[in-house]
Amino acid sequence: MQSFLNIFDIYLLEAVINGILLGGVLALLALGLNLIFGVIDVTWICYAELVMIGMYGMYYLVQVFHLPYWAAAPLVILLVALLGAALHFLVIAPLLTAPPINQLLATGGVLFILQSFATVAFGIDFRNLGIRLPVLALGEMNFSYARLLSFGAALVGMVGVYLFLTRTFTGTAIRAIAQDRQIMPLMGVDPKRIYLVTSAIGGGLAGLAACLLVLQYDVHPFVGLSFGPITFLICVLGGLGNFIGGFIAAFVFAEIISLGGLFSDLEWGYVLAFAFFIIMMFIRPAGLLARRS
Amino acid sequence: MNRQAAFWIIALLALVALPFVHRDPYHLHVLVLILIWSFAYTSWSIMGRFGLVSLGHGGFMGIGAYVTALLWNHLGVSPWIGIPLSMATAGVLALVVAYPCFRFRITGHYFVLVTLALSGIVLQVITATRDYTGGSLGYTPQRAPSGKWLFALQFDDKITWYLIALAVWVAGLVIWRAIDRSMIRHAMEAISEDEDAAAAAGVNVTAEKLKITLISALMTALAGALYCQYQMFISPDTVSGIAVSLQMVFAAIVGGVYVALGPTVGAVITIVLAEVLRISFGTKAVGWDNLVYGVLLVLFIIFLPKGILGSVIDRIKSPRKPSRGHEQQTVPIARR
Amino acid sequence: MLELRSIDAGYGSFQVLFDVSLDVKAGEAVGVIGPNGAGKTTLMRVISGLIRPIRGAIAMQGTDVVATPAHRIVSLGIAHVPENRRLFPRLTVADNLKMGAYMPGARAHYAERLEFVFELFPRMKERRHQMAGTMSGGEQQMCAIGRALMSNPKLLLLDEPSAGLAPVVVQQVFELVRRIRSSGLTVLIVEQNVQQVLRVVDRAYLLEAGSIRAAGTAAELAASDTIKQAYLGV
Repeated sequence: MQSFLNIFDIYLLEAVINGILLGGVLALLALGLNLIFGVIDVTWICYAELVMIGMYGMYYLVQVFHLPYWAAAPLVILLVALLGAALHFLVIAPLLTAPPINQLLATGGVLFILQSFATVAFGIDFRNLGIRLPVLALGEMNFSYARLLSFGAALVGMVGVYLFLTRTFTGTAIRAIAQDRQIMPLMGVDPKRIYLVTSAIGGGLAGLAACLLVLQYDVHPFVGLSFGPITFLICVLGGLGNFIGGFIAAFVFAEIISLGGLFSDLEWGYVLAFAFFIIMMFIRPAGLLARRS
Repeated sequence: MNRQAAFWIIALLALVALPFVHRDPYHLHVLVLILIWSFAYTSWSIMGRFGLVSLGHGGFMGIGAYVTALLWNHLGVSPWIGIPLSMATAGVLALVVAYPCFRFRITGHYFVLVTLALSGIVLQVITATRDYTGGSLGYTPQRAPSGKWLFALQFDDKITWYLIALAVWVAGLVIWRAIDRSMIRHAMEAISEDEDAAAAAGVNVTAEKLKITLISALMTALAGALYCQYQMFISPDTVSGIAVSLQMVFAAIVGGVYVALGPTVGAVITIVLAEVLRISFGTKAVGWDNLVYGVLLVLFIIFLPKGILGSVIDRIKSPRKPSRGHEQQTVPIARR
Repeated sequence: MLELRSIDAGYGSFQVLFDVSLDVKAGEAVGVIGPNGAGKTTLMRVISGLIRPIRGAIAMQGTDVVATPAHRIVSLGIAHVPENRRLFPRLTVADNLKMGAYMPGARAHYAERLEFVFELFPRMKERRHQMAGTMSGGEQQMCAIGRALMSNPKLLLLDEPSAGLAPVVVQQVFELVRRIRSSGLTVLIVEQNVQQVLRVVDRAYLLEAGSIRAAGTAAELAASDTIKQAYLGV
């Protein structure tokens, strides 16, 4: 009995820590979506599909062009950043004066485009980098280096965005535009340029997430569906546009998924997270309504 | 007015007579698909037209299909009972998710994202319960023992299916029309215009929204169940998930979301498009249909947000008026 | 320095300004007075490019303002302190001031401008890490003026700087305007507080129902019977 409890505790602790590690990447994704929503007032529901494209980018650069991982990653971040800017320029910019729901649905069209583009161009086979990072054994607990690296890189990415937003003129303008759009020209700020920069940063964060997720998961055209919905729940629970709320919610959800996965499949972790979300809406609507649209 | 009624009756009779005149099984197959999906798209538009943009309908459709099939395969429950049960399941889920949303005024982006997550989760559940549902490989209802086809709601005959689908489709339009002429419509229009003002004017905002959501979810689940009974094969990707939800939005927007026949026009266009691509490209077409959908969806939202039928009717009714900026402002789907 | 010629302007089909012409010479302080809804704020917005005139011309030191994109007008040397201050409430005072120095020409002199503003408003230096929205009305007005000064403007547009402030603070704000003037800046100020503003400016225009009804030196206007009766309550 005693030994059973010991093992159980260790699994539990392992799951808790793995949850924290997963939370880092989810927080990165939530940050990207919140940034775009906060500044441009639009939700990219194809956000996870940008990540999917980035994961394919990594696969091709590493597996087909034999670039080392560390050289491929910046290229992919840049690629997805450009993709984000293009998405804004081609789809959102023409709809800036249209009702927000139309903008959101248009990004739904982009979701279709990216998914089917991946199907057509890359096929539906599961692919991976073929990189197997070693496992760190800590006592009786095992943690994969892939997860530790992801967590670390996600934190570095978020700190980088934080520094950019607080230290630079453009970053300050990005925070300012979310508070008062109309007077931005009085500051000499061209909102169009800020939107484009923000979209590129949002894309870049998706690219970074892609570089990290591809270490742990196989890539296929529909891989976005396995973490897209959870990212949206995180953003809604944390309050769209609320960076800190999104950060906290990311870790809460990651724990639920990780602990839920301890008892059953990972999918059930997602179901548990959704049930938790619905319950939270009943008991803490104020948290949700912090910034309604 | 009478002349109009006569026109519709003749049109309906012609549709009923069609399979007896034209028996090409492939054409009938496409028509049945069009009718079933038209019904699903109409169900979506019943709430979509009032600005309640749901991306959770893929979930309702999946529940309709899977609950019916699971009850039949595992418990031997006839679809005659299974379909109402599956609809009830979808209805309960719709209420559980929609009630807090409406009660706490979750609208716009938030509502879309919550419902989007809902359809994603239903897909996850179907995949996770692969021991029962076959997971992503799909699922087939068991063939009925001989002579029990009516009990099992399985017909080999395309004409029977055509008539069933036609009846359901007409029922969908009748429901649309009933809502169009009821107080719910006025209440919902007031709500989509300004929720606070509507509430102040005595409209029970939460109750009205729940009613319309429930009707829409029940109908969508029925569409899913019918699709399952007709195709005798379902997979998570074809009846549930975000892609199916977006497909509904796409068809509704392409056809036009606030005209009764708009979603039907959308279904005709999308299914004919998919079939043409399938025939001309064969298995290479995988992915191409959605690629075309995606591009068209973006182009429609940018250039023709009222949809094809909606714009045509506008053009006929007031040939001079339509200026794009004005149109966009009055699209209800598009209201915040 | 600034010339407005026959400006018509408004919002959509609703016209607010009718044939407004106005001059501000370098080194001057000019006031625009008039009742609520006369179009004073609209006039300021037209000059800084927030709305575009339907007709008419605006020139700043010979440059066509109407043809300049809104976000470049500040580079011409026009800084606008908008009505109700419009600070970024959830940014710190320092970040608000930083936004004032956003345009490339101003960024290079960011540090020295910041010093200048802190010298002018020592209070802002104390509060630089505080969220702008949590300060008192008078402090917010200082911050808004400071933000405009960060771009090193030649012409300062002040829209109702005394609105919503306690009488003591109104005194302080006008004292401030006087100091800014004496530092050599040209000022165009819109006010409802006619008595106060006429003590600060050299010349003034009376704007009523979107048209200029009177113009003259501050002393002339203060002495005119119509203005005495309608605005000074004498």
